[in-house]
Amino acid sequence: MTAQTEKHEAPAAELGKARLRKEDARLITGQTNWTDNITLPGMLHIAFLRSPYAHARITSVDVSAARGEPGVIAAYSGADFADEQGSLPCAWPVTPDIVIPAHPPMATDEVRYVGEAVACVVARDRYAAADALSAIEIDYEPLPPVLDIRTALDDGSPKVHEAGNKSYEWVLANGDLDAAFRDAHVVLERNYRQQRLIPSAMEPRAVVCSCVGDEFTLWSATQIPHILRFLLAVVTGIPEQDIRVIAPDVGGGFGSKLQVTAEEVLAVLIARRLHRPVKWTESRSEGNMTVHHGRDQWQRIRIAADSDGKIRGLSVDLLADMGAYLMLVTPGVPLLGAFMYNSIYKMDAYSFRCTGVFTTKMPTDAYRGAGRPEATFAIERIMDELAAELGIEPLELRERNWIKHEEFPYNSISGLTYDSGNYEAATAKARELFRYDELRAEQERRRASGDPVQLGIGISTYTEMCGLAPSRVLGSLAYGAGGWEHASIRMLPTGKVEVVTGSSAHGQGHETAWSQIVADQLGVPFEDVRVLHGDTQISPKGMDTYGSRSLTVGGMALVGACDKVIAKAKTIASAMLEAPPEEVEFEAGVFKARNGSGASKTIQEIALATFAAHELPDGVEPSLDSDATYDPDNFSFPHGTHLCATEVDTETGMVTIRSYVAVDDIGKVVNPLIVDGQVHGGIAQGIAQALYEEAVYDDAGNLLTTTLADYLVPSAADLPSYVTSRTETPSGNRLGVKGVGEAGTIASTPAVVNAIVDALRPLGIRDITMPCTPERVWRAIQTAQGAQQASPAEQHAARQSDQTQGNSPQGMVTESGDAQTGGTA
Amino acid sequence: MAEITVTVDGVSYVDNVEPRLLLVHYLREVVGKTGTPIGCDTSNCGACTVLMDGASVKSCAVLAVQADGTQITTIEGMANGELHPLQRAFHEEHALQCGYCTPGMIMAATDLLKENPHPSDQEIRDGLEGNLCRCTGYENIVRAVRRAAEAGVSE
Repeated sequence: MTAQTEKHEAPAAELGKARLRKEDARLITGQTNWTDNITLPGMLHIAFLRSPYAHARITSVDVSAARGEPGVIAAYSGADFADEQGSLPCAWPVTPDIVIPAHPPMATDEVRYVGEAVACVVARDRYAAADALSAIEIDYEPLPPVLDIRTALDDGSPKVHEAGNKSYEWVLANGDLDAAFRDAHVVLERNYRQQRLIPSAMEPRAVVCSCVGDEFTLWSATQIPHILRFLLAVVTGIPEQDIRVIAPDVGGGFGSKLQVTAEEVLAVLIARRLHRPVKWTESRSEGNMTVHHGRDQWQRIRIAADSDGKIRGLSVDLLADMGAYLMLVTPGVPLLGAFMYNSIYKMDAYSFRCTGVFTTKMPTDAYRGAGRPEATFAIERIMDELAAELGIEPLELRERNWIKHEEFPYNSISGLTYDSGNYEAATAKARELFRYDELRAEQERRRASGDPVQLGIGISTYTEMCGLAPSRVLGSLAYGAGGWEHASIRMLPTGKVEVVTGSSAHGQGHETAWSQIVADQLGVPFEDVRVLHGDTQISPKGMDTYGSRSLTVGGMALVGACDKVIAKAKTIASAMLEAPPEEVEFEAGVFKARNGSGASKTIQEIALATFAAHELPDGVEPSLDSDATYDPDNFSFPHGTHLCATEVDTETGMVTIRSYVAVDDIGKVVNPLIVDGQVHGGIAQGIAQALYEEAVYDDAGNLLTTTLADYLVPSAADLPSYVTSRTETPSGNRLGVKGVGEAGTIASTPAVVNAIVDALRPLGIRDITMPCTPERVWRAIQTAQGAQQASPAEQHAARQSDQTQGNSPQGMVTESGDAQTGGTA
Repeated sequence: MAEITVTVDGVSYVDNVEPRLLLVHYLREVVGKTGTPIGCDTSNCGACTVLMDGASVKSCAVLAVQADGTQITTIEGMANGELHPLQRAFHEEHALQCGYCTPGMIMAATDLLKENPHPSDQEIRDGLEGNLCRCTGYENIVRAVRRAAEAGVSE
């Protein structure tokens, strides 16, 4: 074969280039392949009947009438699947004695949250399936709901499960906490509420399953095709090799599609029964009830410090609402925060305890940030409180406590090794962009003049652990899998490149960023790289996408695979160039002999020669294709400083974000356009928690926020413009990269709430429970103003109530009675 | 069943439909225009926005029979040999991540710029209030609409 190979000029370095995205072409023209777009011959539609009770015994269920409805092919209740449906998996048994209740995909005898599936209809179209649900006869005996984790552990509380309402208690401690608190100048205690959130990816969940012979293909709007395949095999007993999972275009996840769902399992079972393809697509109202929720914790945080503000110790006691069952990583989510409450600060002692509690609500699980937003919120809120208590400027207080850039690598009090960071640089840049000193001066003027619209400045200096995760660390935390990632590089005969990644994207831009990395490593043009993912037959190995892991783990797997391609190509180049391998150098896609001959071969020429395989050296395999599996040896630790200015109208309670500056340090940047997009969206989601969103259940356990009219995902009109910038402290991996997907969400919530409290602090307000709606802000102001006109004793009482009256975690087990809320010793 | 005649992206279709069939289901499942996605069931998210006789509508809030005799433009009808300036602007400003809201955003923005060819940033934000995005924080969507406006998309 003598085909001509195009000679390429060495491409410019791709790392850091704002490449426009390859995936956009189909997304902006409507040529998408969402799961709900898929239609197969003979495909049937599933509709689920769902429990209207938070807690009830199913006394009878009869689906026979539904079978006679027009267009209906089948109808089932839980009893029909009892022998084959197994139990939905929890992959993270965080303690040896954790209670993990059985979780049947379709309830058989008892329901434990509103929305739990109790029966289904399979029909020729989605309308007929929905119609026939009304023909199902089902009777319940209502049982008392369990809705408040602060009282769920009391004696006499109704039980969600036979084993009781406690799932686990998990502790972490380092240093002598008693000594740290005993003679501290100041001890503050605060109770914060992390409200329940609904992740709200724009694409609702959808599943299509076909069963041909004994082979199953499941298309799902999932973040985790590989994990899903493995666990479908475990749950159903179908041999893993007979299951193919495809995540086609997936419309966002934010953790909500990091799950093995009842509907996925049931679609498989129904397809197997009927030997016809089946589809289920949820409505938004159905999804708000039944896509796992996020957060929902009560946080009790205590900090002990010296008079100069130096932190001595920190103690955290959490109650975490598991909901009715433990889903994929439900119990582990709050524990990801355990390592982050200490954040960027040095201290002598730290203790963390989390109690996981069952309620008759939708299970909670991963939601963008997963544990780390909660931790960052609590520490950054109490740092502002400490600053106010001691009369120290809040940025100054942080600087007195944070790890200095020359102290890295730094072993944190919670047991992590921070590889790099420069908090001084990020903060200095943020201050400047924000015009911090000018805004402080304006704030003083407006306070002095009694402006009804007060200015508040909120600070969040955060770090986070991401890039999940070193497998040995996951093992030590009893997680059920490793944290590696896989990549394959296929060199095509024409010199083009196929990249297969185990990290399945759903909006993150892997097809573009991975092309940039591989283009740099192999010295091929960006345009010559095609990235494949999201189908277990094309990409047989992977750990998928969550926890800001794709670049730091999956990106490094790409580098490893490229190394192997280059090594193989070098052997062949050496023969072609008639120079020993050690005399052949590779740069920018070209192998050159160092023997002065000037002879060279491009990697594309090597690819073609390998394909032809006519003149390969003896024993050399005719393939450059290579795989690599990368297991990180540490997390990555993005950090940064976010500053938020809010205008708070003290007459109406309205909060307006006037400016928002984010300076993030995520190490080396592959594509600044994609990074800015991730930061923007992350900040928006954090602001949404601070100001707008809350999943609300009524006293009977009915979800009240089932629609986007009730659950306030903010629109463009509700959000500010963001100023984003970066500092660059490379991480310890070869690319020098850190994760970025969750940083904005982790940082922004406390920045916003700190700004609101800062605006209102002269009124004596020290907290407002999220979401800080105009009503809540207004009520806090009314209460505070009433208190200011009252006697000193009444003022003290009002301050003790902290504007979060009724929200303190009663029933929380505390280790001692030495709380000195707001006091100085 | 009711007979309707609807022109979708320049092609005329005659179909018998159930009177309760939503326009978005008609477009997706009868005509096969799956470029228009569904994001909610209460007409809050705007993902299914299309143009009906040139004005933006949420196609989950219109019955197919109400579209009888109208001209519908979906995202799939926007590129005319080359990308529509709004499509190009969304690409160039990185105004999409997962892309699920994008068809609705582009269709709503088309109507917005028709009514107000040179909107301020705040007018863009207010004009797109009925379209939700969970990925971008809207920053780059505003920039994209501004860029398309500056390019004179509506002229």
